[in-house]
Amino acid sequence: MTCTEFLALLDDLIDDSVNPDTRAELQQHLKGCEHCEVTLNTTRKTIEIYRSHEIYELPASLRERLHAAIMARCKKGC
Amino acid sequence: MPMATIQSLAGENEQHPDVALIERVRAGDVSAYDTLVRKYERQVFRIAQHITQNREDAEDVMQDAFLKAYEKLDQFQGNSKFYTWLVRIAVNESLMRLRKRRTGKMVSIDEDVETEEGSVPRDLADWAPDPEQNYTQSELGEILRKTIQGLPPGFRIVFVLRDVDGLSTEETAETLGLSVPAVKSRLLRARLQLRERLSRYFRRKRGAKK
Ligand SMILES: [Zn+2]
Repeated sequence: MTCTEFLALLDDLIDDSVNPDTRAELQQHLKGCEHCEVTLNTTRKTIEIYRSHEIYELPASLRERLHAAIMARCKKGC
Repeated sequence: MPMATIQSLAGENEQHPDVALIERVRAGDVSAYDTLVRKYERQVFRIAQHITQNREDAEDVMQDAFLKAYEKLDQFQGNSKFYTWLVRIAVNESLMRLRKRRTGKMVSIDEDVETEEGSVPRDLADWAPDPEQNYTQSELGEILRKTIQGLPPGFRIVFVLRDVDGLSTEETAETLGLSVPAVKSRLLRARLQLRERLSRYFRRKRGAKK
């Protein structure tokens, strides 16, 4: 397996949607290729960081205000 | 007692809990809609922010999306999740805002952006262990916002729906009116571009001072 082939399957590997045979091939490639290993690990980390950090926080006061506005208009029949 | 009803609804057919809430809204129970709004307002706000990149617009979008969903609830068919249907409305509202603001400049999430960036990883330096810990919360927030804002809108939204919101590829495709292969190709490029850009901040520093 080449690095390009590995990269084409990177998402499936990350999303855990590869069949066992392909997985074995990917693992085999990883053993001998530091570049792809770094790419895989840092891409995983990228996703994890974005998933665990809310970058557009909705502050409680704003949330309450917007929520009240929505419900007031819904009750009026919009 | 409403217990019997709840139990029969949650029975063998494994309905999504939103379905029962929607039934109640349709029957005129506004408090059930209140529950749905609470459940999803953060996500809707987040998506609106990611698309409009403007706080006021995101606030307006959030309100308009929930009102529109309420008005159109009769048109909601149970064959998709309420959330994906709601997000679709929010995405459309966001794009409308964006067009209003940037008059003349076309904003589209379905145009395919031809870019080589990120398709071949260039920065192959490994990252420091727990690299985010080298930054304060506010610095990190700034880095993450700046980095994702640099992506083409169509990549950004796919990444947010798939990886941050946890929608499936199929749900993301349905929400954005894209094909499954288009979602997949954008997701890969979005992930690789973000990774490449974050490397600037997170790479392991050789001979770091501390
Ligand atoms: Zn490789």
